[in-house]
Amino acid sequence: MDLADLTAHELLDLIRRKEVSLRDIVKSCIERIERYEPIIKAYLTVRDPEDVINSVKDDEPYSAIPIAIKDNILVKGLPNTCASKILSNFIAPYNATVIEKLNRKAFNIIGKTNLDEFAMGSSTENSAFGPTKNPWDIERVPGGSSGGSAASVAMGSAIWALGSDTGGSIRQPASFCGVVGLKPTYGTVSRYGLVAFASSLDQIGPITKDVTDCAILYSFINGHDPNDSTSLDVEPYRYSPLKGDVRGLRIGLIKELLAEGVDPSVKKCMEDAVRTFEDLGAIVEEVSLPHISYSVPTYYILAPAEASSNLARFDGVRYGFRASGKTAEEMMSNTRGEGFGPEVKRRIMLGTYVLSAGYYEAFYLKALKFRNLIAGDFKKAFERFDVLISPTSPILPFKLGEKVENPLEMYLADICTIPINLAGLPAISIPCGFVNDLPVGLQIIGPVFSESKLFEVAYGFEQATPFHKRRPQLGGKPYGL
Amino acid sequence: MDYEVNIGIEIHAELLTKSKVFCSCPVQFGAPPNTLTCPVCLGLPGALPVLNRKAVEYAILTALALNCKINKNAIFHRKNYFYPDLPKNYQISQYDTPIGIQGYLEIETSNGKKRIRIRRVHLEEDTGKLIHSGGRITGSDMSFVDFNRSGVPLLEIVSEPDISSPEEAKEYLVNIRDILVFLGVCDGKMEEGSMRCEANVSIREKGSDKLGTKTELKNINSFRAVERALQYEIERQIDIVSKGKEVVQETRHWDEKNERTISMRSKEEAHDYRYFPEPDLVPLEIDDAWIERLRSQIPELPEEKYERYKTLGLTPYEAKLLAHDLEFSVFFDKAIKLYNNPRAIANWLLVDVTKELKDRNKVITQTLLTPEIMVELISLIDEGKISGRIAKDILPELIDKGTSPKKIIEEKNLVQITDTSTLLSVIDQVLKENREVVEEYRKGKERSFVFLVGQVMKLTKGKANPKLVNELLKKALG
Amino acid sequence: MLSIEEVIHIERLARLRLTDKEREMYRKQLNDVLNYAARLDEIDTSNVLPMYHVLPVTNVLREDIPRENFSQEVALSNAPLKEDGFFVIPPILGGEE
Repeated sequence: MDLADLTAHELLDLIRRKEVSLRDIVKSCIERIERYEPIIKAYLTVRDPEDVINSVKDDEPYSAIPIAIKDNILVKGLPNTCASKILSNFIAPYNATVIEKLNRKAFNIIGKTNLDEFAMGSSTENSAFGPTKNPWDIERVPGGSSGGSAASVAMGSAIWALGSDTGGSIRQPASFCGVVGLKPTYGTVSRYGLVAFASSLDQIGPITKDVTDCAILYSFINGHDPNDSTSLDVEPYRYSPLKGDVRGLRIGLIKELLAEGVDPSVKKCMEDAVRTFEDLGAIVEEVSLPHISYSVPTYYILAPAEASSNLARFDGVRYGFRASGKTAEEMMSNTRGEGFGPEVKRRIMLGTYVLSAGYYEAFYLKALKFRNLIAGDFKKAFERFDVLISPTSPILPFKLGEKVENPLEMYLADICTIPINLAGLPAISIPCGFVNDLPVGLQIIGPVFSESKLFEVAYGFEQATPFHKRRPQLGGKPYGL
Repeated sequence: MDYEVNIGIEIHAELLTKSKVFCSCPVQFGAPPNTLTCPVCLGLPGALPVLNRKAVEYAILTALALNCKINKNAIFHRKNYFYPDLPKNYQISQYDTPIGIQGYLEIETSNGKKRIRIRRVHLEEDTGKLIHSGGRITGSDMSFVDFNRSGVPLLEIVSEPDISSPEEAKEYLVNIRDILVFLGVCDGKMEEGSMRCEANVSIREKGSDKLGTKTELKNINSFRAVERALQYEIERQIDIVSKGKEVVQETRHWDEKNERTISMRSKEEAHDYRYFPEPDLVPLEIDDAWIERLRSQIPELPEEKYERYKTLGLTPYEAKLLAHDLEFSVFFDKAIKLYNNPRAIANWLLVDVTKELKDRNKVITQTLLTPEIMVELISLIDEGKISGRIAKDILPELIDKGTSPKKIIEEKNLVQITDTSTLLSVIDQVLKENREVVEEYRKGKERSFVFLVGQVMKLTKGKANPKLVNELLKKALG
Repeated sequence: MLSIEEVIHIERLARLRLTDKEREMYRKQLNDVLNYAARLDEIDTSNVLPMYHVLPVTNVLREDIPRENFSQEVALSNAPLKEDGFFVIPPILGGEE
């Protein structure tokens, strides 16, 4: 296999044993970009290959393992567009806290990846700069909103990546691209430097080729940040080698997330996954979360409401695109009218409406109450179960353009991932099967601060299955072969 | 028709913290534009607020000093509106859980003490500053924005419409200002903008308990402007109502130059601020221990000082002036501990020292005059060592150089002459040299006595004890 | 059903200049989402507390210590128009909020 197809921990092993040149690893990823990026379009900014190679330091192993960063996480000196026209010319003047943390270990950032504009979407089709293609089938979407990050990892142009998740934006693209994605417990990874979409739901998380890489990357980015008031002051997660023992583990299969609307082939993958867990010694039972079906309407009130406020700062005054206007007010309205794409405008309108006079109680407050009910359902379930499982997405990766006309339909497909953000819980998506060579993802959900346990459960499943070893084949030829 | 007036005052006070309320940028007046900013107060993407403890404590202190109940569970809200000086196009403020509620302030009116109820005291962030003018670039009118002030902590203090006249309004404002200054939370300089005020005013027929339509007055930049603007607006409203028309609810701008209020008729839509709880901040839990710790830090406030100074023998007028001047009262309190002559100390401060300070455009703490030096001077007078005249003469040097008065009178040989024989010989000389004047006095011209006293003072270079000179001269003249 | 006037009202509140075509599209789409969101009326939540924050943290405070901040140059580095250290914008109409 090509170096670009290996995992970070495999590469670190080779580096430790001095069996590989650090620069060769980096060059292998650069080659992937040169060959496949014109088709896949996972990146909005690719760093100059010279700079990337020169960033490699012989005494810093992580500098040889290129990482891709979603283009809504600020990296000082690089553009940060959020895939929007309104920030197309914006250069980040400071680093997000997670980037500062990575810099301490000399992580090598290879580029900024494509996303749905301002992280709003589930397909990366809402990018103002064109969609990213799914490396497994270039006529299909890679998922969203972290589609670029997931695709970059799947195609080997980066060994690992960071994405952000507000309603499933790490997990769903990870599922669509056959890789691993973790949305951590709310508050364990700093949001300072992540362009806010919905402040009470957003989290940054790792997207990697396997569970071990996920745990390693998570250990670098998690931890209290005094610059983020919602960041928790708890003992950070530190990586130690995973064992994957799930004997006696009580797993709850969420009944409502396997109801109608779920693709039969996805259901079948879930059934296989359950059997795998049982073979490994875990006990799987059905569990009901009665309010979970209200997650989508709850989310589509709360998230746009917060977003409408968070995106108010984009007005052409201090940075970004500025339209013409005879007065400041005219300029601001024109800038936002021209600079934002349709999905963003839609959500801003929706959010503004549900917060406006007379509607606050009926919509926003009501949604906050449902949030409580949904979180309560999970809390109750965790009294009986160690972890819960569901499909990451009820549908298979769909074709480009298939769902753009009907936003509501797109929203409904987020049913599996949204409840987790509402409750602030951690959840990981791992590959659990292939349907017509299209990846299917399994979502494992834990109580707050249970990342350790999630890694163990995911690792156990992963090691008992072949899915994490597959790599996408473009045009009949597997990458790297 | 007799009308009653209802005035409510809303004050915004910039807090004297070293850093801003939601970020660590320094709070400084007069810095070059946009040199005190960071991602947070510039509203850059990805920035997040972190609350300044001192700002919270200043808010609690103020609320306590204004007799408010403290909200034990206080949260922040986003107030959403668009304006170029508001970087996030929302202001982090407080909505239904302000830090302080249901307080009051007592003011002195012509009818005695009156209680003005305070509805709320809350914490929020300030905006940047907008300047309008022609620019070099296009030559046409442009607006310029400076975000140095963005994020400075503001305390908003809102009164109930209990104020009944422009005079009361001014009294209320002065009292609030003094409390803020004494607490050390704000420097209260209206002309510099560190304390801003808006007023709501309405009129109603005497005896009616329904409040009239109110107008909101803005751009009031001094205590004098408060009185004038309110006076004008009240008269304007009375004029309207007495003609049978209705007052329009609107915002009006005080035009200082032309001394009138102008309508700032806003667009049809009222402001919909779409308040919702700030998700980037966590709630404040203010426990009793914290409140009591802060309450014990409240220094003696002007009202208390005023009462205490009266018991020391000062006149109400003197007591009031001193009690409401932070630097003077601190100085005074130190001085009376060193030397027990409050009336003399007060008098010196309020008359001669005040004049010297005015000439230098300084406050007492910016000079070298200390309480020790002040009481040394006064004790020298009380002991008869120098005359009041000489004391006044050397005061400038005390203020500018901080020299000990004892040292000065020794070096310059200014000790008062109280020795009778010395004085008598001088008087003798004066009488010999001014026989005609003596004659005039003996013929009945009283003013000649003053002239002769003056001559004695001249010859002794002002050092003669005036009382003694008077006595001895009278005797000598027979 | 949302009226066009309501859509225009939201447009103004959100400072988003829309075309007539966009306005009509959003009117329909917003309506769909809001009707769907009305599902929340199915359950009586009068005894449920709103969940403002996922985790029960309070009193996150910062000491009052000024720290290094942006230079003027960095603060203005992304400004669409600047002059003499200021951000420059078209004139404000009427001092309106």
